[in-house]
Amino acid sequence: MSESVHIEVTINGRDRAFEVAANHTLLDVLRDQLGLTGTKECCVVGECGACTVVVDGIPMNSCLMLAVEIDGRDVTSVEGLAKDGHLNALQQAFLDVSAPQCGFCIPGQLMSAHALLQRNPNPTVDDVHEALGGNLCRCAGYLQITEAVLVAAKAGQQ
Amino acid sequence: MKEFSYERPESLDEALQVLATSGSDIEILAGGTDLVIAMRDRYSQPKVVVDIKRIAELSPSLVWDDNAVTLSATATMSEVVGDEGINTHFPALVEAAVVVGSVQIRNRATVLGNICNGSPAADTAPPLLAYDAVIVVAGPDGIRRIPIDDFIVGPGRTDLHEGEIAIAVEVAVPPRMVGSAYERMTRRRGTDLASVTLCATVDDAGVTQVAYGSVGPRAWLKVDETGVLADPSASVEAKAAVFEEIFADASPSVRSLRASPDYRRAMLRVLGARAVERAIERLQELQGVS
Repeated sequence: MSESVHIEVTINGRDRAFEVAANHTLLDVLRDQLGLTGTKECCVVGECGACTVVVDGIPMNSCLMLAVEIDGRDVTSVEGLAKDGHLNALQQAFLDVSAPQCGFCIPGQLMSAHALLQRNPNPTVDDVHEALGGNLCRCAGYLQITEAVLVAAKAGQQ
Repeated sequence: MKEFSYERPESLDEALQVLATSGSDIEILAGGTDLVIAMRDRYSQPKVVVDIKRIAELSPSLVWDDNAVTLSATATMSEVVGDEGINTHFPALVEAAVVVGSVQIRNRATVLGNICNGSPAADTAPPLLAYDAVIVVAGPDGIRRIPIDDFIVGPGRTDLHEGEIAIAVEVAVPPRMVGSAYERMTRRRGTDLASVTLCATVDDAGVTQVAYGSVGPRAWLKVDETGVLADPSASVEAKAAVFEEIFADASPSVRSLRASPDYRRAMLRVLGARAVERAIERLQELQGVS
């Protein structure tokens, strides 16, 4: 009774149609079926945020949703941030302030920050802490990560 | 995750049809923040998963009508937190919803799922109990409206029968002026399950409702009609005596890793006093502007 379901989605701006197994999570499908390994698997219980993607503008844990649930939706993973081979302002800010240390949490941090800036282009420090509260960094690079988001917000204003 | 078949009904009738023909090995999927983990860890191995997010009748997820708000089974914590009317009339529900998990969790987790999951630590249970919420259930025999105090049964158990689906929670603005507050204790700030949850409502006739959870098999609702808790000038000792009765049903598990029974009982009294104090302040603010 392994059910295969046909879904049609937009992933990183590209329309795609394919089959997914009903019992596979979005995280499974992004990484193992589509080869989009920027999205990281870590705690798989929704506590660490490494698997965060943005669905219809809203950040979600891809480990906690079935892939079939994104049928008809618009999904952005970390691979969708750069445009035409150039990092976006947020990614550049992360580099400029040396926010990544080991780097494993960074795709998730970027996606939560991306969703925040889309909704609120001029966030306060508290806004950033709240929006990124679901993304753990075990290197504890939180100061630099927060700074990077604020730098990106400032760059976006200019 | 074990294999299952996935159903995505587009109407309530279709959903009930699926439930009627699928037997008991079935799980309802809304936000999935508990269910997907349970299926991956194989606590839950359904044959059929019914995704209710595209049922037409459950949209829009949040509707205000004649001084009552109806949260459909698809209403998320984030939607509740962002609703102006709920912030105005049910601030304790917002205080409970805003501390659930993280932004990512709140964007998916539903209020009704929080109740149907049946966790004794469910954050939204105490405020919904204290606000006298009603759970709306659809089944083969039509619609049932169940006071939430009767709907919540025990750990992982509710008054939902086979073939039924919980479709909404209704919360009515009380006829009297009410101040309310939610308090919660966790080991750390951020993503954590609560060791004690508590909501207090105080109305302008001196009636106080206290609902508390995470200290026994389910969240309890207690009412103080003596006026002692609602009285800002009542002594700490007088209030402590009332709290003693209110918290008589607390039976924290000795097996929990989050806090010892003695500590939970002690913190229950602290949170009770805090919540009642804040509820009185809010009631006074309301009375001040009216």
